[in-house]
Amino acid sequence: MSRNLALVFTLVQLGFTIFAYTVFKAEGAGPFDYMQNWSAKPFINVHLSMDGMSLLMVMLTNVLLPLIVLSGYNRETNRMHVFYSLMLFMQFALNGVFMAFDGFIYYIFWELALIPIYFIAFNWGGENRAKVTLKFFIYTLAGSLLMLFGFLFLYNGSPANSLEWSSLVANPSCSCNQSWLFWLFFIAFAIKIPIVPFHTWQPDTYQSAPTQGTMLLSGIMLKMGTYSLIRWLLPIVPAGVQEWQPLVIALCVGGVVYASIIAIMQRDMKRLLAYSSIAHVGLISAGIFALNRSGIQGSLVQMVSHGLTVVGLFFCADIIFNRTKHEEIEGLGGVRLAAPKFAAWFLIIVLGSVALPLTSGFVGEFMLLFGVYQYNTWLSIFAGLTIILGAVYMLRMYQKVVLGKAIKENMVFPDLMWNEKIVLVSIGVMIFALGLFPNPIIELTEPILKTIIK
Amino acid sequence: MLAEIMNLRKLIIPVLVLGLAIIFGLNMNDWNLNQSYFNNMLKVDNFSVAFSGLAIFVTLLVFILSTDYYENQQNHISDYMTILTFILVGALMMFSFANLTMLFLGIETLSISLYVMAGSKRFDVRSNEAGFKYFLMGSFASCFLLFGIALIFGSTGSFDLAKIADYTIQNQQNISPMFYTGMVLIVFAMLFKVSAAPFHFWAPDVYEGSPALITAYMSTLVKIAAFGAFYKLMSVTFFYTSFKAELILNIAAILTLAVGNLMALAQTNFKRLLAYSGISHAGYMMLIILSAKNQPAGALFYYSLAYALSTIAAFAIAIPVFSAAKSEDIDTFNGLGKKNPVAAAAMSMAMLGLAGIPPFAGFLGKYYIFTEALHSNYFYTTLVAIFASMIGVYYYFKVIIAMYGKPANEANVELTFNFKLVLWVCLALSLAFGLYPAPILNIF
Repeated sequence: MSRNLALVFTLVQLGFTIFAYTVFKAEGAGPFDYMQNWSAKPFINVHLSMDGMSLLMVMLTNVLLPLIVLSGYNRETNRMHVFYSLMLFMQFALNGVFMAFDGFIYYIFWELALIPIYFIAFNWGGENRAKVTLKFFIYTLAGSLLMLFGFLFLYNGSPANSLEWSSLVANPSCSCNQSWLFWLFFIAFAIKIPIVPFHTWQPDTYQSAPTQGTMLLSGIMLKMGTYSLIRWLLPIVPAGVQEWQPLVIALCVGGVVYASIIAIMQRDMKRLLAYSSIAHVGLISAGIFALNRSGIQGSLVQMVSHGLTVVGLFFCADIIFNRTKHEEIEGLGGVRLAAPKFAAWFLIIVLGSVALPLTSGFVGEFMLLFGVYQYNTWLSIFAGLTIILGAVYMLRMYQKVVLGKAIKENMVFPDLMWNEKIVLVSIGVMIFALGLFPNPIIELTEPILKTIIK
Repeated sequence: MLAEIMNLRKLIIPVLVLGLAIIFGLNMNDWNLNQSYFNNMLKVDNFSVAFSGLAIFVTLLVFILSTDYYENQQNHISDYMTILTFILVGALMMFSFANLTMLFLGIETLSISLYVMAGSKRFDVRSNEAGFKYFLMGSFASCFLLFGIALIFGSTGSFDLAKIADYTIQNQQNISPMFYTGMVLIVFAMLFKVSAAPFHFWAPDVYEGSPALITAYMSTLVKIAAFGAFYKLMSVTFFYTSFKAELILNIAAILTLAVGNLMALAQTNFKRLLAYSGISHAGYMMLIILSAKNQPAGALFYYSLAYALSTIAAFAIAIPVFSAAKSEDIDTFNGLGKKNPVAAAAMSMAMLGLAGIPPFAGFLGKYYIFTEALHSNYFYTTLVAIFASMIGVYYYFKVIIAMYGKPANEANVELTFNFKLVLWVCLALSLAFGLYPAPILNIF
């Protein structure tokens, strides 16, 4: 019952989002602006608005949410009403983050998103959940509080005494302050994304959270961080970004290589996906910090693509675990013989993840690498390793788990159920569709990117 | 007494609650009146009206809780309620004093009643210890206060707050050292009363030993009263000379934040945990005392309100849990999420409020305090406070983890109607003020 209700709500949301997209296409950002004074002193406005970039992220959120809800069908979940209400609460907060145009409101939504996911990961999580989720919570909250301090500083320093996005962009703080303000914001976002070396909470949390929680975390929540880099960090501390660009981009690219190598060593499927996710978002951040059009544009395409593939991959891992109760990569095999449809769709998503041409991953990674290349050739070579290494661990995992003969005796592996079919097929179709026609995303976000990178 | 003779014990609390509600209304009636009473001993202004309103409201909530708390101790109920009311009287004096003697009277009325109540579980060693310890240390602090007042009188010739302030402005160049000594002694006494480090040692023992209801009262009303008085002193009387005490206050604030939060990490007793959490909240409020020159009374009021609401909500669940489990450890909350999901959800909300997570009022309270402190250029102190709030999350979440993550114990927890009423009123207000802070924040 509660699950059906959640599905209906998310579908209604999806409907509204599609409607918003058509309106946006026709009329531009005009109709999407809501501003209401919340408190006069300190001056806070509830300012929700949507430009192309916000709309893209809102669409990603609202497209993924019904799929995530659907993936919970045919699964046992206790206290389902609480679980799904937390999930809807999460959706509310995520949409808020992407639409907030006042620093204070943005911060509130940013924090709000943390509460439901904490309880989801904690109440329905696996082994060690108390320790792992607390680490996750404190880690991310520590980052947020640094960001809060940054906002407070900006608030006191701004001539208008306001955290309105446009006024923060128009009156940046003096460059002497920006060099440390940069770190306050960067660390907050880097923890959420996560960029190496702020990533240590991530593999444990992804592993111990329930699959749907992991999907929320990896599919949408980490996009909060990358989105915020573009929306908040780049425009409001431009001088700080310029100053620290070499260090940060090296950190991102180093993280890509580091996470890829660790991913190769992983035996647990969910952990492997977690590290591969670190590698992918490392490349996204590197593209953003290349500070050129193709890098940032690529990062937006790749955010969508990564959102789709990672949700699909975690779902495939969950399907395998659900059927076989087997978490390791070794000692399985032969799934293809039992479940050919599953194997096919799994392969498509894996290929999307390793950025094969014609998939959305290819478009994104190509643009990202091109952006990094424009910044520095050598860095782009290192960053390019992600494609090779990614192919190594992803295809090896696929090969060991799906292909070959069944190692496990008496393995019962029914093929896809109806809900699984819907989720995997829609993700697979979208991966191909965006790989062939990435133009809608680019058209949507181009105008706003022009204003951010001058 | 009379009620006891006439055998009307059952009526005492309802009558008191009704009376408090009426007083609450009368108090609100004084809004914008700005009148002085008793030869300028008491001055009723918007500051005192607002804080008195808060104090009366908190007392009202605690009295509602006390109906069930004292259900089995009916033979002393009239004494208890009288003394609790005296505490409120002391607090009200501390908000509206215009004269240092009145401040002393208020603090003593409040403290002496508290000494008695802290030791009111007569056959419990810990309660006796709490009362006695609080009495010894509290009277020592009162001596400081009295001595400070005497020194200030010696150098200015007046007890009147406004006249002392005039003196400091008129004799800018030659304020006597005696005045500063007096001021610093008063500051020390007030630091003791708000349980700021390094004068905080009494708080954990007294909070732990006292009956839980008194702890709730102590950690809300008494703390707010002490901060109200402290703030009034610093902003009305010492605003011109407070820079001499700035270093002391700054160190005290940083120490309080550090001690409160770090010590809370290791606690296993819930009341001790809340005692240290109270100390750490005192640290945040110290930021307001530091920036008192800029008149951030609105932020202090908002923070006090947010803190009081969350704390009372936490006690409204903790008291039934303690009495069911016959213990006051954090372990008593184990598995509450399974046994009584509603209570556990409410407790989580209270803890999130104390930790300062949006959308609860605790978050905005912190936000305003940090804004004010940065506005007054207390850059590093604010940074310490930010780090302190990170640590804070850990120990508040210990309770949440106990409720949802640990196997349940046998004790069966049922909340009576009164507890539920107080609980939901507090949480609803906390949420409402968190979402719509304007009416409270711009009260002054």
